[in-house]
Amino acid sequence: MITKKDVEYVAALARLEFSEDEKEELTKTLGDILEYAKKLSDVDTSSVQPTAHILPVNNVFREDRVEPSLGRDRVLENAPDKSKGCFRVPRVI
Amino acid sequence: MKYETVIGLEIHAELATETKIFCGCTTRFGGEENTHCCPVCLGMPGVLPVLNRKVVEYAVKAGLATNCKINRFSKLDRKNYFYPDLPKAYQISQYDLPLCKEGYLEIKGDFGSKRIGITRIHIEEDAGKLLHDAEDGSTLVDYNRGGVPLIEIVSEPDMRSAEEARLYAEKIKSILEYTGVSDCRMQEGSLRFDVNLSVRPEGSSGLGTRTEIKNLNSFRALVNAIENESARQVKVLESGGEVVQETRKWDDVTGKNTSLRSKEEAHDYRYFPDPDLVPVVLDEEYIDRIKRELPELPDVRSRRYVEEWGLPEYDAGVITASLPLASFFEECVKEYGGDPKAVSNWVMGELMRMLNEKGIEADGIPFPATHLAGLLRLVDDGTISGSAAKRVFTEMFETGEQPKVLVERLGLSQISDEKVLTEVIKRVMDKNPKSVEDYRSGATKAMGFLVGQTMKETRGKANPALVNKILKQLLDE
Ligand SMILES: [Zn+2]
Repeated sequence: MITKKDVEYVAALARLEFSEDEKEELTKTLGDILEYAKKLSDVDTSSVQPTAHILPVNNVFREDRVEPSLGRDRVLENAPDKSKGCFRVPRVI
Repeated sequence: MKYETVIGLEIHAELATETKIFCGCTTRFGGEENTHCCPVCLGMPGVLPVLNRKVVEYAVKAGLATNCKINRFSKLDRKNYFYPDLPKAYQISQYDLPLCKEGYLEIKGDFGSKRIGITRIHIEEDAGKLLHDAEDGSTLVDYNRGGVPLIEIVSEPDMRSAEEARLYAEKIKSILEYTGVSDCRMQEGSLRFDVNLSVRPEGSSGLGTRTEIKNLNSFRALVNAIENESARQVKVLESGGEVVQETRKWDDVTGKNTSLRSKEEAHDYRYFPDPDLVPVVLDEEYIDRIKRELPELPDVRSRRYVEEWGLPEYDAGVITASLPLASFFEECVKEYGGDPKAVSNWVMGELMRMLNEKGIEADGIPFPATHLAGLLRLVDDGTISGSAAKRVFTEMFETGEQPKVLVERLGLSQISDEKVLTEVIKRVMDKNPKSVEDYRSGATKAMGFLVGQTMKETRGKANPALVNKILKQLLDE
């Protein structure tokens, strides 16, 4: 079974915040899901290659030819915050 | 105790494609912010990235040129992390099945020759660029570079000094230039180095705790960072401390080496195969075709210069390290038609000196190779002296003009006409009967004075070899 610490770790990686109650609940429900998925480990896969893709298709390429870009106004149209032709975010540097 | 430094390099090189790795946006450098973007490279929901054919070709080419094995089956994976330079919150890269693996290349130095292992070469997308807004302290993001194709070349921890790391990095650069895989414009950041470094007592075989220094973008910064970090780790160990595994930042301008340990979340990238992109499967025919397309690589070219053209190994190594320099040299040799060593002397001497002085790379030589060939011929046929040729060369570097034109303008052409010189010399002898007499009565040193007077008379333009010959004839008569 997983612990509350595991939930907190995964939540931090996903940038999600939970209340103590939610963490308790998730520890149980997420744990149940993982337990259920564990059943897959019962199958002997020693002679099976890991699946890289679910479709039986390989080698889909595009040619190296320039196509028009979007234009800056449209690029920034949905940005929650913008400035000087750029997306603006809280300071990270 | 003596310590040994153990170094591995990760080199990111921007590929020379026209378009980004998964969309048709241009990779051109220096556009207005956020003008080379589309829904795919902005990571909009519901878009479908499609792999640029040329990216695979370039990566395979780089792999073959560095003696790698090519994976017949390869795939793309998502590397998940949150940072605003990454609009999708994941970078598309390759995890367990890179395109190339298990290669190597040779470096040469005072230590002799050494093989450096290459663990793998994989393809991935570059991130956007973060800018600091001085006005309000926020961070601005420009996604023009986001989605530009890169290869990451990961070496084995086989290097033991800053010198070895530099030679290895230079070798990678010249191979990428020769193959046309990357234009390696360092000042535009199209070649960047990450250093993994640890130290251990000399003779021990275990590895010490390593640190990583990211994003060095010049050979000088690479060397300085390695020397500084290696000394820092030794100092930590000698004072009884322990090296902490962390990422560090080297500022080559200030010489500051600082820890980048932040609140530190574990690097847990949760790689998984990108469901938007299907696997890449390469067959023998494809790989053979790329192999056939490989140009002559620097090592082979260097050997050819030594064996066929008689260049010293050192000269051949220096000239072939840079593709533009080697091309310039080769064109000049062909045009000149004389001894390649004479060309190499000019390239290794005057040309390199001027390039260094002006801080110009070899792709910016301000005159064509035919000019240098012409200059060498002017020396050979006696039109100008060796020292005049140096003056012409300097002027040629400044103006890019034809050597013939410059010789004329600077009034440097040599007098090699025997009749003209004989007349001048006779005049000089008439004016200096005492010296002539001295010479004839055995004081042969007097000849030097007469040569000097002749040169003075012609304002230095007389062909000195010819003056000596004629003067001696006349004196010995
Ligand atoms: Zn795009």
